[in-house]
Amino acid sequence: MTDVVATNETILVVGGGISGMTAALEAAECGKDVVLVEKSPSLGGRVSQLYKYFPKLCHPTCGLEINLRRLKANKRIRVLTLAEVSAITGTPGDYTASIKISPRYVNENCTACGECEKAVTAEIPNPFNYSMDKMKAAYLPFSMAYPQRYVIDPSIIGTPDAEKAKSACKYDAVDLGMKEATVKLKVGAVVWATGWKPYDANKIQPYGYDRYANVITSVEFERMLDPFGPTGGKLVRPSDGKEAKNVAFIQCAGSRDRNHLKHCSRICCMASLKQTTYVREKFGDDANVSIYYIDIRAIDRLEDFYKKVQADPKVKFIKSKVANITEDRASGDPILHGVDTEGYHRYDTKHDLVVLAIGMEPSVDASKIMQGVAADASGFIDINATTEAVFGAGCASNALDVNRSVQNATAAALRAIQVINRVSRAEA
Amino acid sequence: MADMKVGAYICKGCGIGERLDTAQLAMIAQKEGKAQVVREHEFLCNASGVEMIKNDIANEGVNHVVIAACSRRAKAETFNFENVAISRANLREGVIWATPADADKKELVQEMAADYVRMGCAESVKMQIPRTNPNLGHNKRILVVGGGISGMTAAIESAKTGYDVLLVEKTGSLGGWAAKLHKRVPYREPYAEPADTGIADLIKQIESDKHIKVFLNSTLSKTSGSPGQFSVDISTESGGTATENIGGIIMASGFTPYDMNKLPYLGAGKSKDVVDQLGLEALAKAAKGGAIKRPSDGKEVKSVVFIQCAGQRSDKEGELPYCSGHCCNTSIKQAMYFKNQNPDIDTNVIYTDLRTPGNGEDFYRSAQKKGVTFTKGKVGEVAPGSGGLEVKFKDLILNDDAVAKADLVVLATGQVANSGIDMEAQLLAEAAERDDAKKAKDAGEAVAEHQEKPKGVSILNLTYRQGPDLPHLKYGFNDSHFICFPYETRRTGIYSCGPVRRPMDMAQAIEDATGAALKAIQAVENASLGRAAHPRSGDLSFPEFRREGCTQCKRCTVECPFGAIDEDEQRYPVFNESRCRRCGTCMGACPVRVISFENYSVDTVGYQIKAVDMPDQFSEKPRILVLACENDAYPALDMAAMNRFTYSAFTRIVPVRCLGSINTIWVTDALNSGYDGVVLMGCQKGENYQCHFVKGSEIAHTRMSKIDDTLKQLALEIERVKTYEVAITDIQRAPALINEMAETIQKIGLSPLKF
Repeated sequence: MTDVVATNETILVVGGGISGMTAALEAAECGKDVVLVEKSPSLGGRVSQLYKYFPKLCHPTCGLEINLRRLKANKRIRVLTLAEVSAITGTPGDYTASIKISPRYVNENCTACGECEKAVTAEIPNPFNYSMDKMKAAYLPFSMAYPQRYVIDPSIIGTPDAEKAKSACKYDAVDLGMKEATVKLKVGAVVWATGWKPYDANKIQPYGYDRYANVITSVEFERMLDPFGPTGGKLVRPSDGKEAKNVAFIQCAGSRDRNHLKHCSRICCMASLKQTTYVREKFGDDANVSIYYIDIRAIDRLEDFYKKVQADPKVKFIKSKVANITEDRASGDPILHGVDTEGYHRYDTKHDLVVLAIGMEPSVDASKIMQGVAADASGFIDINATTEAVFGAGCASNALDVNRSVQNATAAALRAIQVINRVSRAEA
Repeated sequence: MADMKVGAYICKGCGIGERLDTAQLAMIAQKEGKAQVVREHEFLCNASGVEMIKNDIANEGVNHVVIAACSRRAKAETFNFENVAISRANLREGVIWATPADADKKELVQEMAADYVRMGCAESVKMQIPRTNPNLGHNKRILVVGGGISGMTAAIESAKTGYDVLLVEKTGSLGGWAAKLHKRVPYREPYAEPADTGIADLIKQIESDKHIKVFLNSTLSKTSGSPGQFSVDISTESGGTATENIGGIIMASGFTPYDMNKLPYLGAGKSKDVVDQLGLEALAKAAKGGAIKRPSDGKEVKSVVFIQCAGQRSDKEGELPYCSGHCCNTSIKQAMYFKNQNPDIDTNVIYTDLRTPGNGEDFYRSAQKKGVTFTKGKVGEVAPGSGGLEVKFKDLILNDDAVAKADLVVLATGQVANSGIDMEAQLLAEAAERDDAKKAKDAGEAVAEHQEKPKGVSILNLTYRQGPDLPHLKYGFNDSHFICFPYETRRTGIYSCGPVRRPMDMAQAIEDATGAALKAIQAVENASLGRAAHPRSGDLSFPEFRREGCTQCKRCTVECPFGAIDEDEQRYPVFNESRCRRCGTCMGACPVRVISFENYSVDTVGYQIKAVDMPDQFSEKPRILVLACENDAYPALDMAAMNRFTYSAFTRIVPVRCLGSINTIWVTDALNSGYDGVVLMGCQKGENYQCHFVKGSEIAHTRMSKIDDTLKQLALEIERVKTYEVAITDIQRAPALINEMAETIQKIGLSPLKF
């Protein structure tokens, strides 16, 4: 799909996570033309990798299904996957965006029948599971992947495996000759929704993420609960596959820290509170959960959820910034060291598994987008100082939860529409 | 409309051709399905397959297309043809992927496929191409209720997008609470100092915008109509009423500060030197940058204590259980009023959790740098002491009781939503009261009659049967229930924003109001095209009813989750098409089955159920009907098939828009015609409901709880009908539930009602 026609009345949405999808859908459902660009092979973003949402403990794929249905029904949106914006030039109402499209090696003929996957033998790390497991090098990213079309990983191009995939396909969908291409699109306004990435846990040296197998991040923990995830839905620790019944959550892992991220990532308190329910769901009264925190930030009616978890006798709250983690060599148990500031007690506590409530940083540093797009000190888009018609949406603009990301993306869509309407009024 | 011509297209790709006898399916489509054009194709979704269908539409007059291939969720855009009715027979995910490829199952699997072809054709024949709502409204003016920061932003953003705006404000001036602030919390880098509120500028913008018409000292006394054609009566200060026509509504009625006089233990009402945050703003404004003076004697304040969560995050009767979100940052800002004027002033913020998310952290750090003290503690009492106030608290760090002396105490109280009347809660309370009253009456006690008129002051005064305001979600806020869809509303075309929706600060209110403006604009645009609003966005069908058959029972008007149906003088339903969300709950509710949509009706589903070829009682081939919600259960079954979790080949699945649309006649008819089991799969109900039509699943469960009587009348076992809540992630469970039914049937035997 490289023959995309766009005009200066088209809105370019960069990023196909929930914020980008929302901005694209809301604008298109107002009657605007949208090109939605996503870097990975399918839409859905980080939200599709979550097991449950706080505070309702419902499943994110439910909303994804509705958004995908809206998308399939709306002819005003064109989706480009494996596509990245390499440059934006021009002025508000008259931009040219250069978009680099990487080869999928599978064309629209694909029916997602899965024969290529069966034929291929090479395995690659699975990014959907934060590389905690492997998958075939011909793959459908996940069950709800849209477009519902396979991908051949570039690593097997030129190997016999790629040829196997090609000959397994009855529909002439595998095209090993695909090349990277760059398309140039005229657009009137841009919604920038490239989302967030987990802060690099290796940088928080005292916590030993790089040294101890049983210290993992909150996003990895989330994947363990998926029945189709890397552990088949089992809550086990990486070192020995033992059930992780005694779990510690360390809040502000990277956040609220001048040496790492100076902002508060907003979602991590609620995420850990939510994840305590996973441990309870799996192990009932055998579960023991400890949350090491500075402040529990459960704002507005999310407070209800906090109260519910506080009332759980199996969940302990320790007001403390954990100083460092060591490992009990024999058992592989992580040992947390620090001081409980309430009453000032020292502790050295063993747990089965430690989950770092990892901070959120923008996937793309806003200062690199184009001149005129302002970044705050953390690299999020500062809308109040931006002079271009490039509107931040969701976690590209701030550390936000899903609900607020969608709210924010809806606002961004309106700002883009205002530019488009100015253009069309001027041309009328 | 031209004559109906059905074209059935049978795909042989993805293994369908290998597993199934497609020639037989083609024959069935032609002979039983009454398809005039029937074609098989090796690979229907490729360019030549699609071209073939397009050609038949253009040259053969095919206007009803049956695609017998993959699930309706796959290749949806490929098989999307304009101006034809499309139905999908799911042979891939629904048949060959859902059943094992064993040779001994071949016959059963073929029968399954044949039935899906029959069902697809039957649905197609009963379907019509939606003509779009004949009762369109084209008014695109946006009404904004409330002239605070949220309302003003919504008005300005709507006008900037090119829409006319009517702004109604209850008081005599614009600006709301924000206008009463000395400064606001910073909203941009470097997040270090209190910032100008910018309110004067916003007011100027509104006053100079000719697209915004402002009514001050005015309230809404009546709101009726539907998106694109609302009519509102505005009661003005002079006592007169102005009637205005508008297309969409943004409710930005804001909040009322919690009444601090309810907190006497914190000194409120006892000492003039205990103020709430707005009280402090007034003192700061009065000080004009000079020293802030305490109200009791005008002495310059030398020490001030801020008490966070005053009357909030509390279990105490009459206090607020929630957190208002902005108050930590607000107290930090107010502490800076003092520190910036005189760094020697003692400022102490007593808190339990300091909540400054995002860049608020920088603001917090800036305050620490200025020497503001933050104490983790829980305040028990504020009492007058010698020369000032004494704040008695438990220091949570030292784990000890402590006292702080202060010239002034600021209570960080919460926001209470101005959300008007919660009809639903009142009805529930009344019902409970009636129940109590009945018990009391039975016990021989005298009881007062219940009231029918809603209590309280309404904001919108909607003429809807379901009450005069937006339904409340919790604690009086009318936020959306859905995490993915924060603007989801239960009253189409009416969107709320700002602190009436959820407690929030100015920055969030501005963003929220901008989003709400988009939704209101979208609602008027879609209304003028006859399109449904979320979640069936773009659906052009609308409910119709056969008046002659209607018994005026009012079930449809009562059960509509969106308040879309009014009643006329004769108590017949009046469908406000643009308020309708096309869930079909009314269709499910109707006992005489006179309500239908063009492309979704008692017949489109009923005839599918009847189309299934029913083997006789001695065949040992039971039939299980599954009615599955298209949002969650149906995708779960699809994904189960993709992962090759198989289920009984005796299963016949019909996707439904919502479980609420299931008319019990379908179930009764199915049982009467010999189905051995019926499984209903809908979304989670109850407090954390997942149903995207709010009450559909709940209503269906209630309706089906009464199905036992029907089963008894038919002399059938009650185990033959099951209703489940199924999530989209129930990829293993959904097929297991079907298999459970198959086992049950094996145990209790086939239905005797096969003819």
